Amino acid sequence: MDKPINNRAWFLVLPVFIIVAFNAILPLMTVVNYSVQDTFGNNEFFWNGIGWFTELLDPSTDLGGRFFDSLGRNFMFSGIILAIQVPLGILVSLAMPKKGWGVAACLVIMALPLLVPWNVVGTIWQIFARGDIGLLGYIVNAMGLNYNYTQDVLSAWITIIVMDVWHWTSLIALLCYAGLKSIPDAYYQAARIDGASRWAVFRTIELPKLRRVLLIGVLLRFMDSFMIYTEPFVVTGGGPGNSTTGLSIDLVKLALGQFDLGRAAAMSIVYNLIILTTCWIFYTVMVNVDAERKS
Amino acid sequence: MSIDIAWMAWTWQTGIFFVLLAATLTVMTILAVRYPETERIGILRIPTTRGDRLFISLLTAAFIHLIFLGFLGAEPMFSLPLGEDGLAVSRLWLATLLSLLNATAIFKWV
Repeated sequence: MDKPINNRAWFLVLPVFIIVAFNAILPLMTVVNYSVQDTFGNNEFFWNGIGWFTELLDPSTDLGGRFFDSLGRNFMFSGIILAIQVPLGILVSLAMPKKGWGVAACLVIMALPLLVPWNVVGTIWQIFARGDIGLLGYIVNAMGLNYNYTQDVLSAWITIIVMDVWHWTSLIALLCYAGLKSIPDAYYQAARIDGASRWAVFRTIELPKLRRVLLIGVLLRFMDSFMIYTEPFVVTGGGPGNSTTGLSIDLVKLALGQFDLGRAAAMSIVYNLIILTTCWIFYTVMVNVDAERKS
Repeated sequence: MSIDIAWMAWTWQTGIFFVLLAATLTVMTILAVRYPETERIGILRIPTTRGDRLFISLLTAAFIHLIFLGFLGAEPMFSLPLGEDGLAVSRLWLATLLSLLNATAIFKWV
């Protein structure tokens, strides 16, 4: 079927463009403007050129040290949660029942954590992990382990990682479950005739068929965990010290806590560039995997 | 009615930057209407249109500047005989030059 091509249809996008201009493009331009200036409030700005960027990229300065530390913690957090959530999600989806009443029960239970808002998840775990009144914290301490997420760095990290795994593994599991359901039964029958082992079925049938949903899952989880703000903010407040402070928390401290607009603007531009690049790479890979399958 | 944009803290330098950016996008849009974009597969082995190549060029340009600034700094190379004290030219302009070369390469081969 021939579709008429009419470029005037682009004018229909105009309302969206105007809205985006006001809530994204103009603020972003302002951030660029701030990043080359210094201010002491009162809407008075002083030219600082690339000074903030020089400072930001030099790990020996206060700002640079802070930035690279937070960036490192962000990558570590995302790396750890992906390494846990992806295999765990696949395992859970493989273990879920394929038919019967169990399907509905599993889906509802799995979907529950996904429906809880970030700050509520934070509050739940903040109390759950407390040593004095929290069930988890109390039991772990009663077993003789020293666990205190407000003072001990390792405890704090374990708390936010377990919390994120609890909150988001379901997403991977549900995506994989949908992927598994779409594999026609004929593949499994063929494997059975060939006498393939369970592992061989997983390696050669299930995993390749899950490639696309896993890519989407990894992309979503990476972006979400890389920008994480609310949960560590509620549970640990970025502490003890700065040990659970990621870029988002640091940025808010810098921009709103210290009102250091110039430094914060430089930091957010670099942060933005990193996220933009990662998104683009993931998107390109995803689209091309799809194209390969079609051809 | 007057609109107060003091909060946006414009400077002429960032103004030039955004005008150039907008001009680039406008020219690319006009080109895309006149000569529709076609995909091709270059050395990255991904199909890219002219717009994609512009996007990659701009993104790498940003990183070239940041990496240059991080490792080599922005000390003045020489000063032009302008004004009373002369106009110092930062080393960072080399990164700009490098970005332009990089963009040419991307448009040619990617």
